[in-house]
Amino acid sequence: MRPFLARNEARRFAPVCHDISIAGEIVGLHDSGAMWWPDEHTLVVADLHFEKGSSFARKGLMLPPYDTAATLEKLAEAIDAFQPTRVIALGDSFHDREGSDRLPVAYRAMLTTLQLGREWIWVTGNHDPIAPVGLCGETVDEVALGGLVFRHEPHGDSPLGEIAGHLHPAARIRRYGRSVRRPCFATDGTRLVLPAFGVFTGGLNVLDEAWGPYFPAREFSVFMLGEGRLYPFTATRLVAD
Amino acid sequence: MDATAPPLLPERFSRWFESRGWSPRAHQLELLETARTRHSVLLIAPTGAGKTLAGFLPSLVALSQRPRRKPGSAGARQGVHTLYISPLKALAVDIARNLEAPVAGIGLDIRIETRTGDTPAHKRQRQKQVPPDILLTTPEQIALLLSDAQGREILASVDTVILDELHALVTSKRGDLLALGLAALRRIAPSLRSIGLSATVAEPDDLRAWLVPQREGAPRALSDLVTVAGGAEPDITILDSDERLPWSGHSARHAVPDIYRIIARHRTSLVFVNTRSQAEMLFQALWHANEDNLPIALHHGSLDVGQRRKVEAAMASGALRAIVCTSSLDLGIDWGDVDLVINVGAPKGASRLAQRIGRANHRMDEPSRAILVPANRFEVLECKAALDASRAGKQDTPPLRKGALDVLAQHVLGCACAGPFDPLELFDEIRSAETYRDLSWERFEQVVDFVATGGYALRTYDRYARLKRQPDGRFRLSHPKVAQQYRLNVGTIVEAPMLKVRLVRSKSEGRRTPIGRGGRMLGEIEEWFVEQLALGDTFLFAGEILRFEGLRENEAYVSRARAEAPKIPSYQGGKFPLSTYLAAGVRAMLADPASWRELPDQVREWLEIQKLRSALPQPYGLLVETFPRADKHYLVCYPFEGRLAHQTLGMLLTRRLERIGAQPMGFVANDYALAVWGLADLDALIARGQLSLDQLFDEDMLGDDLDAWLAESSLMKRTFRTCAVIAGLIERRHPGQEKSGRQVTVSADLIYDVLRRHEPDHILLQATFADAATGLLDISRLGELLARIRGRIAHTPLARVSPLAVPVMLEIGKEPVFGEAQEALLAGAAGDLVKEAME
Repeated sequence: MRPFLARNEARRFAPVCHDISIAGEIVGLHDSGAMWWPDEHTLVVADLHFEKGSSFARKGLMLPPYDTAATLEKLAEAIDAFQPTRVIALGDSFHDREGSDRLPVAYRAMLTTLQLGREWIWVTGNHDPIAPVGLCGETVDEVALGGLVFRHEPHGDSPLGEIAGHLHPAARIRRYGRSVRRPCFATDGTRLVLPAFGVFTGGLNVLDEAWGPYFPAREFSVFMLGEGRLYPFTATRLVAD
Repeated sequence: MDATAPPLLPERFSRWFESRGWSPRAHQLELLETARTRHSVLLIAPTGAGKTLAGFLPSLVALSQRPRRKPGSAGARQGVHTLYISPLKALAVDIARNLEAPVAGIGLDIRIETRTGDTPAHKRQRQKQVPPDILLTTPEQIALLLSDAQGREILASVDTVILDELHALVTSKRGDLLALGLAALRRIAPSLRSIGLSATVAEPDDLRAWLVPQREGAPRALSDLVTVAGGAEPDITILDSDERLPWSGHSARHAVPDIYRIIARHRTSLVFVNTRSQAEMLFQALWHANEDNLPIALHHGSLDVGQRRKVEAAMASGALRAIVCTSSLDLGIDWGDVDLVINVGAPKGASRLAQRIGRANHRMDEPSRAILVPANRFEVLECKAALDASRAGKQDTPPLRKGALDVLAQHVLGCACAGPFDPLELFDEIRSAETYRDLSWERFEQVVDFVATGGYALRTYDRYARLKRQPDGRFRLSHPKVAQQYRLNVGTIVEAPMLKVRLVRSKSEGRRTPIGRGGRMLGEIEEWFVEQLALGDTFLFAGEILRFEGLRENEAYVSRARAEAPKIPSYQGGKFPLSTYLAAGVRAMLADPASWRELPDQVREWLEIQKLRSALPQPYGLLVETFPRADKHYLVCYPFEGRLAHQTLGMLLTRRLERIGAQPMGFVANDYALAVWGLADLDALIARGQLSLDQLFDEDMLGDDLDAWLAESSLMKRTFRTCAVIAGLIERRHPGQEKSGRQVTVSADLIYDVLRRHEPDHILLQATFADAATGLLDISRLGELLARIRGRIAHTPLARVSPLAVPVMLEIGKEPVFGEAQEALLAGAAGDLVKEAME
């Protein structure tokens, strides 16, 4: 395994964000899939799905056990780049209820190091409806800050802007007879759904029927994750899977 | 002939032969002889030689001589006497039908049953209780029977295993699965002998070794060999059309009137093409030409099964005049009265062509008739090379493959499902299979470790292990549910994700009406193809022009379209690359103008002008042409190593050109040539010493450049997914699971990325690389090419495109363009290009 915290020398570039407004708050979308809220010095990530590999292994499918390390590494890079005073994990941070219990000691230590000196909020999700075992941070079902509310699953009408995860948005565009499918942010200006941050997490096409209740009739935009940048598209440009 | 009736054949058998007016053939008697010596044997015979009957005759005789068993007595629970294994379900069913005649005619009390994926569960269960004497089945079913203690019990009595179409079986991972199954069978039934039935192959000894157990340190063991000389020489001609021969493309549209006339002159023709889309196009074109309403049908693997069965039945009853088909009809099933085979497009390999031609006329003493229809100029050369090979009796079947590790992992788990296994014993058993004889103990341990815990250096899964070591050193399953998982996952065929195609009423007729549900199912089509379609696009499928109406779950809705010109499925190339043997033939022909006499005038003229304008590719060198065109610079080379190897070469060349600042924009490959283009003037770079073609084509590209590319190659990821499914790392997608949504499943791409980063030597990555080397990336062939041309690159700078370059240049725009700059589609009509080259 590669050394995990020796990352400081990589901190050469200021993180580039795509700034958008959600219910009047300016937030930045990062190509890692994280959201940066500069006014609150808050970094938001969704659907980390720690210990997904071991969750499958319990069922007899021996997926590589490196997912937690890889996701942590990605998270460490984002924290290192933004130096947030607060981190919000938007639910499904662990792939199952026992996930935090199974977290190997080494990763527990890494996570604790990341949490040092900052406020940490675990929003509960459908995969992890309970507080993680033996980890710092506050566990909440949802949290409102400024003009925004943070919860795992987006729901109905809300007077505040809504930041959510759960759906693992992905989008596909077609050009020159070939198509590209990527995870993406999806937003209609009052609601923002973050892509899944965990490395073993697939995506659900934003044109799938399951999206109907949240973004009807293609009146929304996506920001597809690219190398060092995001690619914005209106939903009308997208194709289904 | 009764006086000479050999004693090998019991009287009631010879009476039966007599009653049919036949006499047993020499090779049928020879096979009976091997039943006495108990030797395994390989029978090589052309179609129509009575191969199948020869294979079964020893078993039928043995079964006719066994003591009569009383119904209901303990004897009724005897096990299987003879296993017949074929690569096709349909073939097993067909053979069962064909055996009925002799069994009834001779008056034998023999139970014959089939067991395939279609056999209902209750029948399979009964077969375990009351096994038939002869079981006709597939490699997957053997694996399933072996993974179950009861299944192993009924196989313990097996006396003979008959392996039909062995030449086709051994070339794939199914062959690996079968080889491992055969090794396991030999241990359960030590007196077992095997009979292989095969078409003519390049290396019969490979198959002979495959049939018998190998021993450590001993010289290669071989089975007996019985060869039947290949009857009458086939009568093959190349269609000499008066039409203008196309420069590129594979549709053979120019030859349709000729093909139609030929069909009309014959009783029944099999028209072979290389891909599904070619089959669709040709079928459509033939129907346009079909003024006499001849019954012409279409058959390919994507069509609905019911539809295919109908066509097969019509064919068998002689109701069809022609059937346009792909390799779905390459193998064994008996079609009776075919008097002509028409092969449209490139033959790809001499043996492959011979097997197709063998489908015409099942009587050995009459010559098979075949007509080759080249679809473009290069294919004329390829057809000519194949014809020469056929006349010289040359074979180019591929060399025996090395046993795959993912299949081995599946087999190891299957063995554990049947009961605890001793690793040393299993290792010896596996190594007795010819294709696994080089397996090292370390590699075997890695595979067992992979099956148990995933085989990761980070040992966090020991507590979830699927296999546990017992105190006596044997491995057992940790939980019975693992066996259930195994049974759902068995087999080596991992299909590309498919979508069902359902016919509905058109949406365009009433814009607002929803698509009606419940229309007729037309077949299945690959997901990637549907992904390319926009709503309203038209394409050819199941012989009709269809309009894409939308997706519902795992179904593509289509309506009948009235469009004249459908958006045709893009040509994905033959699945089979041009064989090395034919490639050498084509290169030799090109280099030798004296041999051009036999070529059509148009082709000869084309080559003459090439000789004048540029140079001819030499047998052992590589011709590289560079020329400017419009505002871009082109490099075209002619390796003749098949499209897959050329694509890999194109990927690696563009990486290298990128690095030296030549600004490559894309490339396109066909079976014969590769064209790369970019913004920088390559001749100028060479003149300034910034580019050396020798270095550009150096073998070291197979090092770091290849490695860097593999990290992101979608072909590699596709290969990995197949290996991961076969090895049981991820589950197969089963019908009905599609709705569960993609975000729940784990994508193989993500696993590939993580594994490459954290454990690059993992056993599954080894398996993936081994596959890629011979499969989609054809790295092994590329390696051979680079070694062959070292120091032999003939660079010819030109002012404009050469005649030989035209075909590959015309692929630009039709083929997907690779490389970073996808927008670099070449402007300029085909006509301009041709004019420029020839004037």
